[in-house]
Parts: sequence; structure tokens; C-alpha cells
Amino acid sequence: MKGVSDERINAPVRGPDEIFEASRLTGDATREDLESIRRRTSVYVYEAPVRVWHWVNALAITILVVTGYLIASPLPSMQIGEATDQFVMGYIRFAHFAAGVVMSVGFFGRIYWAFVGNRHAWQMFYIPIFNKRYWKEFVFELRWYFFLEEEPKKYIGHNPLAHAAMFTFITLGITFMMITGWALYAEGAGQGGVTDSLFGWVLGYVQNSQRLHTLHHLGMWAIVIFAIIHIYAAVREDVMSRQSMVSTMISGHRTFKDDRIE
Amino acid sequence: MSDIETFYDVMRRQGITRRSFMKFCSLTAAALGLGPSFVPKIAEAMETKPRTPVVWVHGLECTCCSESFIRSAHPLAKDVVLSMISLDYDDTLMAAAGHAAEAAFEETIAKYKGNYILAVEGNPPLNEDGMFCITGGKPFVEKLRHAAEGAKAIISWGACASYGCVQAAAPNPTRATPVHKVITDKPIIKVPGCPPIAEVMTGVITYMLTFDRMPELDRQGRPAMFYSQRIHDKCYRRPHFDAGQFVEHWDDENARKGYCLYKMGCKGPTTYNACSTVRWNGGVSFPIQSGHGCIGCSEDGFWDQGSFYDRLTTIKQFGIEATADKIGWTATGLVGAGVAAHAAVSVLKRAQKKNEEA
Ligand code: HEM
Ligand code: SF4
Ligand code: SF4
Repeated sequence: MKGVSDERINAPVRGPDEIFEASRLTGDATREDLESIRRRTSVYVYEAPVRVWHWVNALAITILVVTGYLIASPLPSMQIGEATDQFVMGYIRFAHFAAGVVMSVGFFGRIYWAFVGNRHAWQMFYIPIFNKRYWKEFVFELRWYFFLEEEPKKYIGHNPLAHAAMFTFITLGITFMMITGWALYAEGAGQGGVTDSLFGWVLGYVQNSQRLHTLHHLGMWAIVIFAIIHIYAAVREDVMSRQSMVSTMISGHRTFKDDRIE
Repeated sequence: MSDIETFYDVMRRQGITRRSFMKFCSLTAAALGLGPSFVPKIAEAMETKPRTPVVWVHGLECTCCSESFIRSAHPLAKDVVLSMISLDYDDTLMAAAGHAAEAAFEETIAKYKGNYILAVEGNPPLNEDGMFCITGGKPFVEKLRHAAEGAKAIISWGACASYGCVQAAAPNPTRATPVHKVITDKPIIKVPGCPPIAEVMTGVITYMLTFDRMPELDRQGRPAMFYSQRIHDKCYRRPHFDAGQFVEHWDDENARKGYCLYKMGCKGPTTYNACSTVRWNGGVSFPIQSGHGCIGCSEDGFWDQGSFYDRLTTIKQFGIEATADKIGWTATGLVGAGVAAHAAVSVLKRAQKKNEEA
């Protein structure tokens, strides 16, 4: 392999066939397998609150996208009963607002965890834009995605590209959706209410509610596009990069597939 | 100030009976959402307080606000308020014309300096030093500034004065500008609509004349009593909206049944006005009741939001006109295709590498 140093983090002291007795019991462990499990390392990255938040948030966003789309382009008219006995649009809007509350509360919980959690919990909320090295690594990761690098680097938290995407689409994106969403909610809840006193200024700023709807609606598409890229990148990195991805968000542990430095 | 008549004096002079006057007071109280206990208060105020004069000026406009105003269905309010105003100055409605009218204007604003309400219909164009709108031989913007100097408060009638309306629509060649962007040092009440509802107009004026203060305004400077709710919030078709029963095409069965016009691009959900409560032409009907969606005539920049039959704003930044969904689906399609291609190349690359290693 070109350009990759062959230094070992931990040089073998004993051969693999002398250890891992239990693994050898079933008879399917080859010498390579045993060598591999000895070299693999893992780091505990995502603490439980972060993992729970991730999946609750993912579910809330899925519901918000589906119901939001149906609010904008409602289902074909239904004739279940008289209008008074039928509440199709009402339930869809209810689901949207309920998921909106879950997402909003969750996001504040996540911000709290950024302060009290481990150092990785903080990563999503800032980008080291003045750090030259960050941009260098950003370009490196871009090159990896353009198939211009042979092998990616190891990252414990987000890689620089994912870091930027996470900050833009989740930290800023969700904030934008919350502000516009609650401002829309305040319109329905009525002037003088709690949501109006908290978010009424948004409509005062955008002036026309139609523009506010349009902005909130465009925001949905930004989130949809992010979700596609996010899921693809997570699976691809899981397969092609040097560390685990999908399982990390389940167990919290980032496992590494080799013990080489860089 | 003692030489200024009270409202009551003016009304009596106009031949209005005491009985009619009391009726006017109770109807006004009802229109403003006040309890019966306010009727004597209104009556007393009108009997004792010197009348607040109103000066009404006209800029770039179609005069639909005046047309609406003089049709105020509540006939007494129309007679009373109109007679009160025509005593002072309104170049469209007053009897005097030409130099006499201009003289009356100067006299009114000099005599009532600091006490009159300036009602502005239309707006001033600012390009070419305001030459696109000349009244009395001078650019309207000069007259507006002049009249605003001694005004106690300003009412911006209609979408033109409040937001700019059609003459300010892109590309706005004359740079027609709403009143609050020209006059910045006076309290301004916006009464938008194209035109505003007659009873809303008379209601606002009566409130100010009676109570001698501004009505409560919302964040955009509109009287909260008429503009604090959307058409959608009080629409009688709202149960069909909540049920998910929509007109799918013009003239389909659902249209005949009077279902919700949301899918026909009704802008009721984004429009603040009193149409669904006060209605038009003396409470006879309003657009949605006649089977057509709201076009959002009382909202900021309503000519520049794209089609009247689209709930969301048309986005022109892409060269062609597009909707949020067109852009969204296209972008999602492109990204999806990009991801698929990237995945394919990744697989090939990996296979190639395996081969090399093997
Ligand atoms: C990922 C987050 C979200 C997405 C993707 C999303 C999506 C959407 C979409 C597409 C619409 C339709 C807009 C239109 O065309 O008029 C909508 C409407 C709305 N959303 Fe959201 N939304 C999100 C978050 C929120 C949040 C946090 C709230 C706060 C409660 C919220 C409240 C609303 C309200 C009140 C409406 C207007 C409903 C109506 O007009 O009947 N949304 N949303
Ligand atoms: S017709 Fe328009 S204003 Fe009335 S409920 Fe339907 S969308 Fe709302
Ligand atoms: S229904 Fe809508 S468009 Fe029609 S007059 Fe009222 S605010 Fe204007």
C-alpha cells in the first residue's frame, strides 16, 4: 500500500495462536482473524444521551418530513363522513406539531449534553473555521470522496467533511426549522399567546406569512437532501473507511479496523 | 381649541337626530368589540371633545380605498364619518377644486397643526424626484411630507400606502414607496387591503376620533382588532380543511359542495384580514364564500409572490419560475442520482483494488 506507514501502535508480544483461546474453540477462527482482533481498537464516542437523541431525532424528522409534505400537498379528498366527523388534515397537522415538540425539546436536551457530556458531544456545535489544519483535512476528505485518495484517515468523532455537514444541516438546519416552524405555529395559536411572544417576531421580520411558509418548506428539502447524503455516507464509510459508523451510533463505540498510524 | 366644534355639533348641523346619534354610538361600540357600557362613554366623548380633523391625501393609487370607504354598509357611520372628513380636506371627495382646494388644504393643516390625522391613500413614487405623481402642480411626495409635518398620526389606507401594492411590484420603475418608508417620525397605522373593507376603515377612524388615541397595533403596525387573525382562522370552510375535504378542480363536485379551497391556492392561511368575519358589501359575502380562494391582497408585496393560485411563493432566482417543491424534487433527484453513481464507482474501485491485491 502506497503512502501508508507500517508502524504498529502495539507491536506483538505473543503470537495470536497463544492467546484468544475462547475464540479458537469453535474452530472457525483463522490465524488472520486472531491477528485482526488483537489489533482492532475502539473508543467510546457517543454516550447514551447522544445516541438516544440521534434516533429520536431521526424518527421525529421522518415524521415531520412526511406530515409536512402532506400539509403542503394534502391527500386526495376523502368522504369518510360529514366534515364534523372527519379530521384527516387535523390529525396530520397534530402529528407534525407533536413531532415538532419532540424535536425541539430533544434539541435543547442535546445542547445541554454538549456542556455536560464528553468532548465529542460538543463537536456538532462549532466549526474550527480559523484552524488552517481543519481546512487542509477538509480538502483531504473531499479528495477521498472524489476517489483521489487511496485511503482515508482515522477519525474518532466526525471527519472534517461530516463535521461541516452536521453543523450546517443539523445545528443550523434544525434551528432554522424550529424558528420558522414555531413562528408558523404561533400564527395558528394566536397573537398574545406564549408561542407568539416567543416567536412572533419572526413573522414581523419576514412580513408576509406566505414567505414564511415558503422558507419552512424549502428547509424541508434541505433536510431531505442532507438525510440522503448522511445515510449513504454513513453506510459507505462503514464499509470503506477504517472505522465503524452505523454500529457506533448504536453501541457508542467507534471500532477501528487496523492499528496503523494515519 | 374652543372654536373647534364637537362631533355632536357637526352631526346636529348635518341634520342627524339625537336618536340616530345614539344608534351610531352603540353600533360603533359593537363594531369595535366594546361592551354596552362604552356607549355612553362614546356619546360623551363625541359631545364634549373638540372634533379631530382628518386630512385625506391621494398619491399613486386607483382610488379603490375611497370607493370602498364611501360604500361603508353601515349607512350612519358612512354619513357621519364622511361628513366629518369632507369638512376638512379630501381632494377626491370635497366640493372645492383647483386653487380653492389647495387653499383649503393649506388652511386646514395650518389651523389644526399638531392635531389632525393624516390619512394617506396611495403612495409617493420617489424616482425622478417624484415626478411620476403630481398633485396641485407639485410632486406628491412633497405634499405628503408637508402634510405629515403637523399631523398627530398617519393612517396608511390600503396595500398601496401600507406596502406599495401594484405600482411597487417588481421592477417598480417609479420606485413607488410605502408611506412608512418616507415618513419615519410619526406614528403610522397601516390598514392594508386592496381595498380595505369599508367597515374596517370607518371603524379605525371612528376609534381614533372617539378615543383620541391609536388603536392597538400588531407587529406590522395594523389595528389588531381587524388584522390579528388570518382569513383561515375564521373561515366558514375551515371544517372541510380540517377534515381533508378539498376542491380538487374548479367546478368539480367538491366545489359545488363548498369544500375548502386550499388546493386551489387559497391564501387564507397566510393572510391577515377581517374578510371572513366582517365580510364585504355590508356582510353579503366575501371571496371564499363566492367560491374563489383568497389572493392575499392585504399582505406585504402580494403582487410579487407569484401566482394567485399558488399558496407558496414562486421562486424566481433560478431564472425560470419555480415552486419550492419543483426545486426540492429536482435537487433530491439530482442528489439521489449522484449518490447512486458515487456508490457504483465506489464498488468498482473496491473490486479493482481487491483484484490488484489478489
Ligand atoms: C425537520 C423539521 C421540519 C420539517 C421537515 C417540516 C416540514 C414542514 C412542511 C413541508 C410544511 C408545509 C409548509 C407549507 O407548504 O405551507 C410544514 C408546515 C408547518 N410546520 Fe413544519 N417542519 C419541521 C419542523 C417543524 C417544527 C419544529 C414545528 C413547530 C411546531 C413545525 C410547525 C409547522 C407548522 C405550524 C406548519 C404550518 C401548518 C399549516 O399551515 O397548517 N414544523 N412543516
Ligand atoms: S378556503 Fe381558504 S381560508 Fe377557508 S379553510 Fe380553506 S384554505 Fe382556509
Ligand atoms: S379574501 Fe383575501 S384577497 Fe379577498 S379581499 Fe379578503 S384579504 Fe383580500
